[in-house]
Amino acid sequence: MRRAGVWAWLLFGLGMIYFFLPLIASFLFSLRKLQDRLSFEAYRLVFSDPGFAYSFGSSLRWAAFTIVISLLLVVPTVYWVHLRAPRFRPIVEFITLMPFVVPAVVLAFGLIRAYARPPLMLTSSPAILVGAYVVLSLPYMFRAVDNGLRAIDVRTLTEAAQSLGAGWVTVLWRVIFPNLRVALLSGMFLTFAIVVGEYTFAALLAWPAFGPYVVLTFQSKAYEAVALSTLSFGLTWASIGVIQWLGRGGPGQAQVAGAR
Amino acid sequence: MGRSSSDRIEKGDAPSARPPRPGISWVWVPLLPFFLFAIAFLLVPSISIVYRSFQGPQGQFTFGNFVELFQRSDLIRAYRNSLSISFITAIAGGVFGFLLVYAVILGGLPRGLRVFLMTFSGVASNFAGVPLAFAFISTLGRVGLLTSLLSSVLGFDLYRSGFSIYNIWGLSLVYMYFQFPLMVLVMAPALDGLRREWREASQILGATGPAYWRYVALPVLLPSILGAMILLFGNSFGAYATAYAFTGSNLSLVTIAISAQIRGDVLYNPGLGNALAFGMVIVMGVTMLGYSYMQRKASRWLR
Repeated sequence: MRRAGVWAWLLFGLGMIYFFLPLIASFLFSLRKLQDRLSFEAYRLVFSDPGFAYSFGSSLRWAAFTIVISLLLVVPTVYWVHLRAPRFRPIVEFITLMPFVVPAVVLAFGLIRAYARPPLMLTSSPAILVGAYVVLSLPYMFRAVDNGLRAIDVRTLTEAAQSLGAGWVTVLWRVIFPNLRVALLSGMFLTFAIVVGEYTFAALLAWPAFGPYVVLTFQSKAYEAVALSTLSFGLTWASIGVIQWLGRGGPGQAQVAGAR
Repeated sequence: MGRSSSDRIEKGDAPSARPPRPGISWVWVPLLPFFLFAIAFLLVPSISIVYRSFQGPQGQFTFGNFVELFQRSDLIRAYRNSLSISFITAIAGGVFGFLLVYAVILGGLPRGLRVFLMTFSGVASNFAGVPLAFAFISTLGRVGLLTSLLSSVLGFDLYRSGFSIYNIWGLSLVYMYFQFPLMVLVMAPALDGLRREWREASQILGATGPAYWRYVALPVLLPSILGAMILLFGNSFGAYATAYAFTGSNLSLVTIAISAQIRGDVLYNPGLGNALAFGMVIVMGVTMLGYSYMQRKASRWLR
């Protein structure tokens, strides 16, 4: 191995400055609520605001619904594709990649135009938001479950369970799910990180959520909003950290794009 | 069981426990919930956009929406801005990300730094939207940390010098934050795929460093690099939350124009909004076709 040149160190240093400067700056900014000294006053104000608990609670709820529905939709489908229907793989994979082709704004626009009038008045129900989030989670869930199923012998496990008298539900719930634990957890944490910080769908479909709350806060209370976004970054960091920790030793997964 | 091997190949990769039944295949039935979901939340909204972009105010078929789209200078500007930002950040993010991942994987930096960079790229490529916008406002906004540091220590007033973070170049600087880490993530496997034997073989044949790059490494890597840059292009073309939290609706971008149309019919023509969205899907579709084409070319050499 060659010795590192100056330029390599220089590039790396530059990248790290660019990476950390905004984080340090926003953290310091959030501490300057009291003009004369650094304090956690902005954080105290944020936590005592009922709007914070309400919007963050809403986002947690959307995340929970999204994760459950995404799992129920993706796990049986990918399992079946692995077991019996490999020729459907291209179309299933294509569908899961659609969020990269249809930007969130465009999808929100289409959903509103399609479902804002009879016969289907979905826009007055949170189902439309959760549905949009499930679409957003598909690439990550699909990748996670697909990688997980590749690593186990689906057919042997299924047939062993069936010859012991298990039905399809038992096979999925008691054999496949437990074997996919790590893969599912990483898919779930990524979905969680994306949904909790998400702004576009929540704002455009007009449902209470953490992202729009932060933007609203910024209009009148800059320090509090930056404190919130620092917290939000900490949350993303923790989620991704958990994923990296869960997936250690396994094949690295490159995540392509989150909620912009 | 006694089934022929050709039957096995048709049915999938391994034999099924049940004897084959004549007649139609029901193998797709368990996939039905997934397909129904995709129809409801992807196909119907997409078709609605396409269909309505060809619909006039009275519901008649027309190309008028697209004709109007190309006559509205504000919408053309929105497309131009979106395309410029995507182009700038795809090139700049692509070059910087490539150099960085090259430095870490092949440049001889300690191995620990590689793990470090990959982890942070995973975080940074997902750190977008509202928090990212506010992080940069706290850094380079009018009262940002770096802005006030420059003026108090060096006496240099950034905003007096004509710099602003609230224009295309400023937004590009912000987008770079999730663009170059994405380049790092996408290019790392490609650089890992450059085999040491190729360099050794070319050295034995008398190639110098530049010659090795010119005739071996670059041709092998080029499809991956171009593919990754195309991906970066699409990545910033569809971005909305970051830009909106950053500039409100001051900066004219396609995504912001569409969202304004959702928040209230500001174009006074519902069909025009659909045409705007349809145009965006076309750009993204072409982008993804280009990406998958490049990926196919890249997979020839890199495993």
